[in-house]
Amino acid sequence: MDSALIPKGVQRCSLGKFTLFIGAVSAVLLWGVYAMLLCWLKGLNQTNMNDYYGFALWIWADLAVIALGGGAFFTGFLRYIVGKNELKNIINYAVLIGFICYSSALLILAIDIGQPLRGWFIFWHANVHSMLTEVAFCLSCYFGVLTIEYIPLVLENRQLNKVPFFHNLAHNMHEVMAVFAATGAFLSFFHQGSLGGVAGVLFGRPFAYREGVFIWPWTFFLFTWSAAAYGPCFTLSLTKLLEKVSGKKLVKDNVVELLAKISGWMIITYIIAKIADTWYWAAVTAPEGGFTLMDFYSNNPLYGIWILVLEIVIGGIIPGLILITETGRKNKFLLITAIILACIGVSVNRWVMVLQVMAVPVMSFDIWAMYIPSWQEVATTILPVAYGVILVALSYRYLPIFPQERELNPITD
Amino acid sequence: MFPGFFEWIWDGGHMVFMGGLWYALSILGLGMTYCIVKSCIDTCQGGHDDNHGHH
Repeated sequence: MDSALIPKGVQRCSLGKFTLFIGAVSAVLLWGVYAMLLCWLKGLNQTNMNDYYGFALWIWADLAVIALGGGAFFTGFLRYIVGKNELKNIINYAVLIGFICYSSALLILAIDIGQPLRGWFIFWHANVHSMLTEVAFCLSCYFGVLTIEYIPLVLENRQLNKVPFFHNLAHNMHEVMAVFAATGAFLSFFHQGSLGGVAGVLFGRPFAYREGVFIWPWTFFLFTWSAAAYGPCFTLSLTKLLEKVSGKKLVKDNVVELLAKISGWMIITYIIAKIADTWYWAAVTAPEGGFTLMDFYSNNPLYGIWILVLEIVIGGIIPGLILITETGRKNKFLLITAIILACIGVSVNRWVMVLQVMAVPVMSFDIWAMYIPSWQEVATTILPVAYGVILVALSYRYLPIFPQERELNPITD
Repeated sequence: MFPGFFEWIWDGGHMVFMGGLWYALSILGLGMTYCIVKSCIDTCQGGHDDNHGHH
């Protein structure tokens, strides 16, 4: 029934099967929307946030999707600024993932501020001394960039592209895309950095506080570096997932391996910097504040030293080493293991910087504050996932996301 | 927030922050304006390039 909308030369499942799938995911989406409405209508008492936990589960999700969505700006940077032309075969999907991640991040922020109708206050009554103001500016503008990068894809739908104006608009937007991509890289550098910088300047939280360069704590650079390093792994993991679900190869191995190799070297260099940062913090910064390393990893039911090992060794060193070796990249099992571990690694890093920071006692009479999210928080955190699945499904079905799909999956009949 | 608005102060923070915001918005706005205007001209002239590249 919808075959006129599906790109030429590719095969898709029946409309009935597709509708059933979208319906099932929409049920999850509606559950999240219901929880979101509860938070808006009844207030933040729907959450388990308290005086210790000013950041809920969704703020971890917010920072995690921003880091994972970093694949869009970094792949765009590599494609348009550095000139890695092979990446043109995966940049559409990277943009789509980035668009989903950043729109999700903005949605989460809309829930977090409680009264979304006042969201514009952050622009009109800007606190120019706040890193979070910079984050809000850059995040909003970068979402604009991702929308601009996503529009030509939509206009390349088989039917829309028949309209001459849309066809020309898509063409002209492609022509100047490097300008938008460069702007996106500029914006991403600052918003990723400032998200990390916020943690680094928390003088009252020795777990997060860092020394720095001029006005920037180390965490500013570590966040930007980690998003650029790990973001492409998220793009690759979702590419592999879509290939598994669709039962088709969508991107050639050389493209995947190139992105994996670059990501691997970025992870290795990042993790060296992260280890140096952690060592300096543990040996100098924390002791100056009257703490030892193990103060942050003991006497509580959850945050043991295992979380540091999970972040740095399992989610950093291991995937980095796999991805920089040719054998590792060419072995499907190792490649998939590495990109999944990398996604876990950066998500753990954001968890630590958002939630463990809040849990650590900072006064002698303080306690370790544990936190279990309410179902509303869980539902609103799953909401963007359901939204993302729906947008990927619709985009894959109706838009030419993967330029190599026809070549890799020739229709024989 | 614009210069002249009662909360505006001519200091480094305002110039850097708001300048950065307007710089980014200007590039996006000018870029999109260029694309839309050029597309209108191309469409009126009957230009229809079938071989444009993807991203």
